[in-house]
Amino acid sequence: MQELINSQIFLLTLTVGVYLGAIQLRRKINCALLHPVFVSILVLIGFIRLTGIEYEHYMQQTQIIDFMLGLSVVALGYILHDQIYNIRGNVISIVMAILVGSAVGIVSVALIARWMGAEPAVVASLEPKSVTTAIALSVSANSGGIPALTSVVVIVVGVFGGIVGPWVLKKIGVESRIAKGLAMGAAAHALGTARAMELGAVEGAISGLAIGLMGLATAVLVPILEKIM
Amino acid sequence: MYGLFLILLFYLLGCLISALIGNFVPGSVIGMVLLFAALSFKWVRPGAVKRVSTFLLDNMMLFFVPVGVGLITSYTLLSRYMLAIIVASLVSTILVIAVVGLVEQKLESKKDSAKNEKEENARTH
Repeated sequence: MQELINSQIFLLTLTVGVYLGAIQLRRKINCALLHPVFVSILVLIGFIRLTGIEYEHYMQQTQIIDFMLGLSVVALGYILHDQIYNIRGNVISIVMAILVGSAVGIVSVALIARWMGAEPAVVASLEPKSVTTAIALSVSANSGGIPALTSVVVIVVGVFGGIVGPWVLKKIGVESRIAKGLAMGAAAHALGTARAMELGAVEGAISGLAIGLMGLATAVLVPILEKIM
Repeated sequence: MYGLFLILLFYLLGCLISALIGNFVPGSVIGMVLLFAALSFKWVRPGAVKRVSTFLLDNMMLFFVPVGVGLITSYTLLSRYMLAIIVASLVSTILVIAVVGLVEQKLESKKDSAKNEKEENARTH
């Protein structure tokens, strides 16, 4: 029995199964906190604790899922190409907004966390918080962060950004549809995009584009800004 | 299968370049740029990678799960800095939304955005 529980086929099936179950749960009860990734992580942590499986062993056996993460980042290049018609005539403003936004995001989260006493590994884990998880994890690992911490922070930020985004934009008087979509995708990645789609087709498409651009800008800016800060 | 091969190939090229520049930028991100460039220069047909890309992106959330379970190993760190992590992340998120929204609105040319909107309406209707 223990042998079966430790086997690759069992752990892979369990991981995908728990994830599908979490998605079903989300469909039944629509609550932002019941995010499928959150729920899956909690259930699997509970299972690992109960059965006494080492995390290193679990990670090794499910490595193929982790590998797919890298592939899905490459696939974002396809979405970027698919959305590019949306930004004709606004290339410069979009690039500027993303660069400034990315820098503000990295610097502000690092300074606040450091000021509140967080240690360097935690600060490095927070820096790529606005970026889609796949890119955030590589950036975090590259700069001495803890990928597991980053993955949870990214989801929290996405859920939060999706909820407050439209409200913040309204408060500060942003009316341009491109600006709204860009801000949602830049701050809250795919979860912001899901919300932006509800605002409108333009907002949704631009938001999807913002995910890719923000990921790129952050991957380049984090190592540079870390040297300066 | 050809689509998967292309994604793998661009990932490999990305990792190669990443190694050459001292892992400054993750290989997957460079792979994304290379795929985008190849599609833009029409070296690769969008149709060739559409199915595999859609499959990967639709199921992206699953791919985060094994890494997230790793939280079990950094649980003490998380609970010790809980407040700093939450405050820094949430304040910074609001700042990013505001800055990106305002900068884009200030800089974007009014005429172009009006035109884009018209085009978009034409597309959707």
